[in-house]
Amino acid sequence: MSQYIAANQATQKAFFQQLKKYYGFYTLGFLGFLVFLAIAEQMGMSKKWIGYWFLFATIALYAGIGIMSRTVDAAEYYVAGRRVPAFFNGMATGADWMSAASFIGMAGTLYLSGFDGLAFVMGWTGGYVLVALFLAPYLRKFGQFTIPDFLGERYGGNIVRSIGIFAAVLCSFTYVVAQIYGVGLITSRFTGLEFGVGVFVGLGGILVCSFLGGMRAVTWTQVAQYIILIIAYLTPVVWLSLKYTGNPIPQIAYGEVLQKVTAKEKELTKDPKEIEVRNIFKERAAAADAKLKNLNASWKADQEAAAKKIADLKAAAAPAPEIAAAEKAAAAYKDEASAKDAYTKAKGLAARAAPPKAHADPYPGKDEAARDNARLNFIGIVFCMMFGTAALPHILMRYYTTPSVKQARQSVTWSLFFIFLLYFTAPALAVLAKYDVYYFLVGSKFASLPAWAANWAAVDPTLLSITDINKDGIVQLAEIVLGGDIIVLATPEIAGLPYVVSGLVAAGGLAAALSTADGLLLTIANALSHDLYYKMIDPNASTARRVTVSKVLLLVVALIAAYVTSLKPGNILFLVGAAFSLAASAFFPALVLGVFWKRANKWGAIAGMIAGLGLCMYYMVLTYPFFGGTAANQWFGLNPISAGMIGLPVGLVTIVIVSLLTGEPDAKTQALVEHVRYPHIKGDTVNTLGT
Amino acid sequence: MQLTEKHKEYWHKNLMITAVLLAIWFVVTFVEAWFARDLNNVTFMGFPLGFYMSAQGSLAVYVILIGVYAWYMNRLDKEYDVDEGDE
Repeated sequence: MSQYIAANQATQKAFFQQLKKYYGFYTLGFLGFLVFLAIAEQMGMSKKWIGYWFLFATIALYAGIGIMSRTVDAAEYYVAGRRVPAFFNGMATGADWMSAASFIGMAGTLYLSGFDGLAFVMGWTGGYVLVALFLAPYLRKFGQFTIPDFLGERYGGNIVRSIGIFAAVLCSFTYVVAQIYGVGLITSRFTGLEFGVGVFVGLGGILVCSFLGGMRAVTWTQVAQYIILIIAYLTPVVWLSLKYTGNPIPQIAYGEVLQKVTAKEKELTKDPKEIEVRNIFKERAAAADAKLKNLNASWKADQEAAAKKIADLKAAAAPAPEIAAAEKAAAAYKDEASAKDAYTKAKGLAARAAPPKAHADPYPGKDEAARDNARLNFIGIVFCMMFGTAALPHILMRYYTTPSVKQARQSVTWSLFFIFLLYFTAPALAVLAKYDVYYFLVGSKFASLPAWAANWAAVDPTLLSITDINKDGIVQLAEIVLGGDIIVLATPEIAGLPYVVSGLVAAGGLAAALSTADGLLLTIANALSHDLYYKMIDPNASTARRVTVSKVLLLVVALIAAYVTSLKPGNILFLVGAAFSLAASAFFPALVLGVFWKRANKWGAIAGMIAGLGLCMYYMVLTYPFFGGTAANQWFGLNPISAGMIGLPVGLVTIVIVSLLTGEPDAKTQALVEHVRYPHIKGDTVNTLGT
Repeated sequence: MQLTEKHKEYWHKNLMITAVLLAIWFVVTFVEAWFARDLNNVTFMGFPLGFYMSAQGSLAVYVILIGVYAWYMNRLDKEYDVDEGDE
């Protein structure tokens, strides 16, 4: 035995050295590629071609790794042969974890909501403490292939396993749709391809990789993707920090920038020009509100006025564009419904009549009750994101792939470290970008806007639109409408970097979205092929057949997900949040009690999982408008995204009560619990390692 | 498989370290968030402290907590002879 371990040890060490060498060369190669494109740009390569190069070179790279890692062996396909060293599993988990929402959306959310956006930063990192303390080492010791596997083995019977499959597919699918959406968005924005085409190009990249090599291919691709995404995220921020603070470490340097931003917020709140613009919005909103109350009369009056204006312009032989603009304005009043929409939209301008939000101030609100509610919802999001992190199957699965329990523990440390690099940079980026907007964009002349602002406002008005509301020719803060995603996308230009860095950022965003989609699709296909097909339908299936079934399912699931994405379902951020709440309610109590409480039994787990998941879904339907609910139904004023804060405790208590009311689990199950609690016990006859 | 007293002691120590680290996690997360407004009256490295903790400080503490757990447990495995024998 010890000889075997020593030999295994030596191979493992050699393998690690080899990996370090490969990925070292790979990183140098990638940097060389950047330099090559930068030179090509100077020599006049067009932006479009730089975009194409990034898109196709990186996707070809991922596909290449996929082809090199192809396999039909079950342990290789499902858990990468269980020999991924802690360090590299950490990188792979980082890429698996950080999605398009983290990469592109996070800094923007922080820019727009200030302190309150930090709930996501805390939630998506602190959850790893729970993964490390409660799950990773024990799941690794258990050593099967999927999360429903653990539930099925620990609680016995197919009911628990089935609930596990259902919950795993539900939350992973919700999440994967958001990723594929991100892939389509990035490819279409940077190459000019159509959204639908972008989705399928990206999907091709995902499939070549996971289809041929399963977890093995996904792991090695994710490591490659992590390296690209972290270089892409940090480069522009470091540059920006150097530009504004003279310090290349943004995470330390932005304190003084934050002070300047805070000072400017106070100034802008009192600035007479700003107040003028805000008052115009207030008046417009009030006027629209009045018209809404008397809808029938007002839309007809507006319709006539618009028609008269067109007639007047035509009579005066006004220039064609002016007439076209008037006709376009008149279209809003063509019937009662569209007039109502126009008024409702105008009424919404009231939001822009508010003074700027204080960036560093927690829980703003008009009175003490509103502030307390903001605090409750902050804590709710932190809670759900943390426990959701510690329950999402595509993340937990990664800890099956390390060679030992010891390395599983170290691997969580590396995972969080690699994730931390991005997440503790995002707040700095948000503040640096805000500084630029407050000090350089605000107060500039409309005739000579900063180049980045002029470019983006022309490209996509949903990302940036600036209108001279009070006609003074100068930009006021209240005149700027900014979409969150622009913060990351425009940073290279704000920092004054060449276009090649913008292409790099797009490649990073693509890597983030693709790597997460890979992990999620694999989770769904594995839950269906391994847990449903092999464990429940045909336990005698050969290894080759199991892997084939998994591959076919992967293809089918990917196509369904792409189809759902092409329908552009509403609010992506809510979908992502919902996945976390659902996972937290369904999985966390059953997984953790399964290890820490021997007395937890089958009936407790069944009742607890159904109660937690059911309550969580019920609360979302009750309170989220998309499902026909209203905010008025909220309990304690808790937002639907935080439904897990209700579902999880109820699930936990249910498992405890029902377990105590029913019989103790059998001796075999108790032995299994003891087995997973110790990394290695001499004379332990329980063997759960999946093959 | 029969667990010895030593095995039980190992598990007990595991529970202890888990509880201690979890308590720290709870403080830097929920207690910090609850009092964020008051913490902001304190300045730390040029930042309001409440903001700093939520944006960077608590995150760094999380990394340290997990690192300490891995280090402590991997040592404990050896001490109680339940390690997997690599190295």
